[in-house]
Amino acid sequence: MTASPRILEVRRNVLKHNDVIARELRERFRQAGVFVVSLVSSPGSGKTTFLEKTLSLLRPRYRVAALVGDLATENDAARLARSGAPVRQIVTGTVCHLEAEMIRGALGDWDLAQLDYLFIENVGNLVCPASYDLGEDGRAVLLSVTEGEDKPLKYPPIFHGADWALVTKFDLAEAAEFDFEAARRNLTAVCPGAAVLTVSAKTGKGMEEWVRVLAQRGRFAEG
Amino acid sequence: MHELSIAVSIVDLAQEEAAARHVRILAVHLKLGPLSGVVREALEGSFEIAAAGTPLESARLVILETPIVVLCPQCQAERTAPSMQALRCPDCGTPALKVLQGAELQVTGLEVEA
Ligand SMILES: Nc1nc2c(ncn2[C@@H]2O[C@H](COP(=O)(O)OP(=O)(O)O)[C@@H](O)[C@H]2O)c(=O)[nH]1
Ligand SMILES: [Mg+2]
Ligand SMILES: [Zn+2]
Repeated sequence: MTASPRILEVRRNVLKHNDVIARELRERFRQAGVFVVSLVSSPGSGKTTFLEKTLSLLRPRYRVAALVGDLATENDAARLARSGAPVRQIVTGTVCHLEAEMIRGALGDWDLAQLDYLFIENVGNLVCPASYDLGEDGRAVLLSVTEGEDKPLKYPPIFHGADWALVTKFDLAEAAEFDFEAARRNLTAVCPGAAVLTVSAKTGKGMEEWVRVLAQRGRFAEG
Repeated sequence: MHELSIAVSIVDLAQEEAAARHVRILAVHLKLGPLSGVVREALEGSFEIAAAGTPLESARLVILETPIVVLCPQCQAERTAPSMQALRCPDCGTPALKVLQGAELQVTGLEVEA
């Protein structure tokens, strides 16, 4: 007897495990009153430099901290710690992105009520982090002027997930013959809702605007 | 490359269902949206690797690619965006702030021996 196969209906999200933990984290952040921002980009787009500057600018007014994911080294954590803010390192080893479980592990029993802002630097990678919710309130995707204007079209999912698209190393824009309007068009095509900002962590230009954007979105702003 | 870890999750959850229902799986049906960040070809290759040496060794992965459905604020209606490089209304061109579908990564069915 040959029986024909039958189809069993199931409905299971493959990333459910991550999504459940991310939801728990988001609730924990909300209850603690900490606003959480993650940063993603290709390797070398300027995440650590930008974050170091952001931490230094916020520190006089707010309580800030950072988590940083890195494949192998603790160099980025050491650089960020120069700002004086508490920094925790997540060495991901062979894993090319952060997952919610790693955030939970790194936080441990950290009393987040002592913080106003927590930043998470993801592993430099424009592909894999797109699939993983970390429970953050907002995600910033960085695009440096030396990478070319068409990056958003090549990596749509990650840019699509952005709340803020930050065009970094803007001090080099002219030398790199960067076409900002083309970049903005491409960003809008893949992520119509993202706010586009230009920044230079080196000269500080554009950083005040970023800090103002953060202050508007922080927990205090929500009343 | 995170497709391998995703393929392992798919094999794990299919095995779990198979064990609970006492069935042998011939194929796994998966809904995959382009905005999920998972690359189809990479996932297909990874699935073979992940299934090797498990009861799903010879099972197929049947992928249904889902369209990107957006809500056009201008037309006040659901529309299918031309591509993920063009998240806008195909009729009036208005940028689509709200994406309703297109990020799926969901096992929807198991083809099993009757
Ligand atoms: N000219 C210029 N260089 C920058 C700027 N931000 C970062 N860089 C340089 O870009 C390189 C990579 O920066 P880093 O912050 O480590 O990037 P990450 O890998 O994304 O964390 C370093 O050599 C930085 O000094 C900037 O605003 N202007
Ligand atoms: Mg870095
Ligand atoms: Zn329309």
